[in-house]
Amino acid sequence: MTRGRWAVRVAIAGCAVLGGFNRADAQVSDIPRLRIEQYVLPNGLEVVLHEDHTVPIAAVSIYYHVGSGDEQRGRTGFAHLFEHIMFMGSQHVPVGKFDQWLEAAGANNNGYTTEDRTNYYEWMPSNALPLALWLDADRMGWLLPTMDLPKVDLQRDVVKNERRERVDNEPYGRADETILAALYPPSHPYSWPVIGSMTDLSAASLEDVRGFFRTYYAPNNATLVIAGDFRPDSAKRWVARYFGEIPRGPAIPSRPHVPSFTVPRDTFLVLEDHVQLPKVFYAWHSVKAFHPDDAALDLLAYILAGDKSSRLYRGLVYDRQIAQDVDANQEGHRLDGLFRIAVTPKPDVPPATIDTLVRAAIRRVIDSGVTELELQRAKNVHHARTLDALASVSSQADLLNYYNWFAGTSDYIELDAARYDRLTVADVQRAARTYLGAHVVVLTVVPLGHPELQVRGAPVQ
Amino acid sequence: MATAGWIAGCAHPRASSDVHAAAFDRAQPPTLGAPATLVLPTVVRRQLANGLQLVVVERHGLPLADFILLARTGTEADPANKAGIATLAADLLTRGTTSRSATAAAEQEALLGVSIRTQSTWDQTTISLHTPVAQLDSALALFSDMALHPAFAAAEVDRAKRERVTRLIELRDRGPFVASRAFAAILYGPDRPYGRPSLGTESSITTITSQDLQASYAAAFQARNSVLIAVGDIKADDVERRARALFGNWPPPAVPTGAAASTPSAPLASSATTIYLIDKPDAAQSSMRIGSIGVARSTPDYFPLIVLNSGFGGAFTSRLNQNLRETHGYTYGAFSDFEMRRAAGPFLAEAEVVSAKTDSSLLEFMRELRAIRDTVPTPELDKTKRYLQLQLPEDLETTADIAQALVPVVLYGLPDDFYNSYQAHVGAVTQADVQRVARRYIDPATLTIVVVGDRRSIEGPLRATGVGLVERRGAGGEAVQQ
Repeated sequence: MTRGRWAVRVAIAGCAVLGGFNRADAQVSDIPRLRIEQYVLPNGLEVVLHEDHTVPIAAVSIYYHVGSGDEQRGRTGFAHLFEHIMFMGSQHVPVGKFDQWLEAAGANNNGYTTEDRTNYYEWMPSNALPLALWLDADRMGWLLPTMDLPKVDLQRDVVKNERRERVDNEPYGRADETILAALYPPSHPYSWPVIGSMTDLSAASLEDVRGFFRTYYAPNNATLVIAGDFRPDSAKRWVARYFGEIPRGPAIPSRPHVPSFTVPRDTFLVLEDHVQLPKVFYAWHSVKAFHPDDAALDLLAYILAGDKSSRLYRGLVYDRQIAQDVDANQEGHRLDGLFRIAVTPKPDVPPATIDTLVRAAIRRVIDSGVTELELQRAKNVHHARTLDALASVSSQADLLNYYNWFAGTSDYIELDAARYDRLTVADVQRAARTYLGAHVVVLTVVPLGHPELQVRGAPVQ
Repeated sequence: MATAGWIAGCAHPRASSDVHAAAFDRAQPPTLGAPATLVLPTVVRRQLANGLQLVVVERHGLPLADFILLARTGTEADPANKAGIATLAADLLTRGTTSRSATAAAEQEALLGVSIRTQSTWDQTTISLHTPVAQLDSALALFSDMALHPAFAAAEVDRAKRERVTRLIELRDRGPFVASRAFAAILYGPDRPYGRPSLGTESSITTITSQDLQASYAAAFQARNSVLIAVGDIKADDVERRARALFGNWPPPAVPTGAAASTPSAPLASSATTIYLIDKPDAAQSSMRIGSIGVARSTPDYFPLIVLNSGFGGAFTSRLNQNLRETHGYTYGAFSDFEMRRAAGPFLAEAEVVSAKTDSSLLEFMRELRAIRDTVPTPELDKTKRYLQLQLPEDLETTADIAQALVPVVLYGLPDDFYNSYQAHVGAVTQADVQRVARRYIDPATLTIVVVGDRRSIEGPLRATGVGLVERRGAGGEAVQQ
């Protein structure tokens, strides 16, 4: 969830693929090593610096290590709501000035909340760097004095509109939260969506805001990354000056407990929606980001549905023309993950027909694995996306923050590339067998009044 | 492989730095140094004997390159009864050539780790390549094959048509898409290209034949009608040599195309502000599109208009967004744009608003559309201008950014130093300029307003606003029984 659609540059993996090499052994050495300097302030703030003077642009990214996974039932959506509130001014920044002052300096900014962290980022002409740091420090240290209920109420309305736009007024928009609630146990931190529910958003109070800030919005729960065209001595001086006197916060609550669980049986759900065509969604419990099987599942997803030569695309969309589109994704978060497949049937094609073929395609991978060529293609595309993520300083900043929080060190890009490069077809087959051979949640979203289109399991013998 | 900025290094966790900062006044924003002067690399122009123009910008940082082959003909050229031809033909460039099947082309693209995309919009059709320079030979071979020798095989054409029809069926569900398409249809009418849907309709697509697609492609993709943009870690001489090898034998057209495909139309008569309501039962939000016919890219008012628009609805702190989102909470975002094409595209203000506040949102839109015709205060104008000026480097950061930025230069004949002089031109825009163009191009009395939403709950309140007569329309903008 983001604060706004205005600034859409940042992505962990760039949207365009690039770069490819025919020989796997050339790939790891191709990833540029990033010059990184990292240190910690006495108040606990981690600081990561990466210089790149290619263009006169600097980027700032601050991760607060709190996300929707840290919420409680009854207050879902709160981490993201809080993200919005962080833009409503602070003690030395009147409301509205955050964006006005940044724009007047040619800077862009946004925020982005996920299950595991909340990211505040700006990118700007290099001379504007101290302004961004000063603004970010003010809301880290001095948010509450100017916080009041009207501000909370306003952003509550904005966030409700975001939910309407992305979920309630979006075809198939409620599929995600339906799947999460069915796949994960109710105590699992990922069992509700980042955007939260309308009811819980309505329940959020000013005291909740104050408590959340005091608990989570402290320098000892944050990492500040600066990437791009800056001088380290100036940057360190500004960081010390603006952030140094913010007191360390109390010990951060331990990360939510993730119950170990298995999906006990294949689970079949149906949801009616304002849609012309049904759509079938699959989800399996898989693994967290950087788990030993995460990379294999990521490339499996590409081999299944990543491009026009992928298995499901060729089988269902191209050869038989019974599907309009297919998607597959290994979604590894910090604590846990799931593997998804989604297929839209062509008009008048029963979802049950789609289901038979999807199951058969998975069976084939489990039984016979994937080919060396398929694996090499997937590796080359992944490699290209990694290089693309380095093409802009804002993307570099986010990548470093991501590695730091999810992989344990910001200096991870070579190791990340290596865990993909060393994958074998046997790894991919084993991952398919282990995770896609387990029980699945199948959701069919159907047009209003057509529950009969639901994909159901085979009758139990 | 290492280039400037990429130095082998490693992370050293260090002792925390000195925090005994000199006393300073936290209550004041820091004073900033001067912004760096933006100087873009030179645009190098060459031309092949067959008329293909080359536009090259060398950028020797990361070992990447972006190519865009641009044909100066787009969806505007679709025949009136066959909307969707240009976008469908563009799609088919990726679905097989005379020497590569569609699947083989997709396999090779992935194996190379490159990205080839096609697009057709009003004024141009493009095929783009994003590649590391290490793969240049293979990537350009694939790219040029797809650009010059599309097969338009019958089976692929059928496949693409079926997918397009299905996509149009799916798009019936999307209020924002329905609103944008209906707005164009109502504003321009079916007799003008800009009033026709560039994706086509479910019925127009089924009438399109392989011959139609081939003719559209042949009319657009001719050497004399095309430009090859190349940006990245490549030398201009190398680009020329490769272009000559790959595109030098581009077959001449059977029928040479004219320069511009559009025939000028008589100006549309303005009509009184009217609200066109399209029903989307139970919609959680109303999709609002408000505007009028704007200007062509050739307008002499370009810089005053981009300054006007940025302050009105082109930035987070713009008037529309601050009103509808940050003051009233009616929407996740409100925007405006002057779409400048070869002919006059629309001026459009838009937002997705909570259904219960559809009428209130409309009143706020109207308030802002009236207020922008008054003098914009100097502090606001200065902030708006500085935002446009100073963020320019961010729009030109990557090779892909620069390649995209060259498209309007090529298409509209802008000077090669357009970006180098951009900041000065913005700086020269005055309060009087902004007021003059606001009064000329934004007229609250003659607006076209389209609202897609739950008619049962919003029709009455919309009528009650008194902003204009409310007329019910169908999903395509067509007249229906009231």
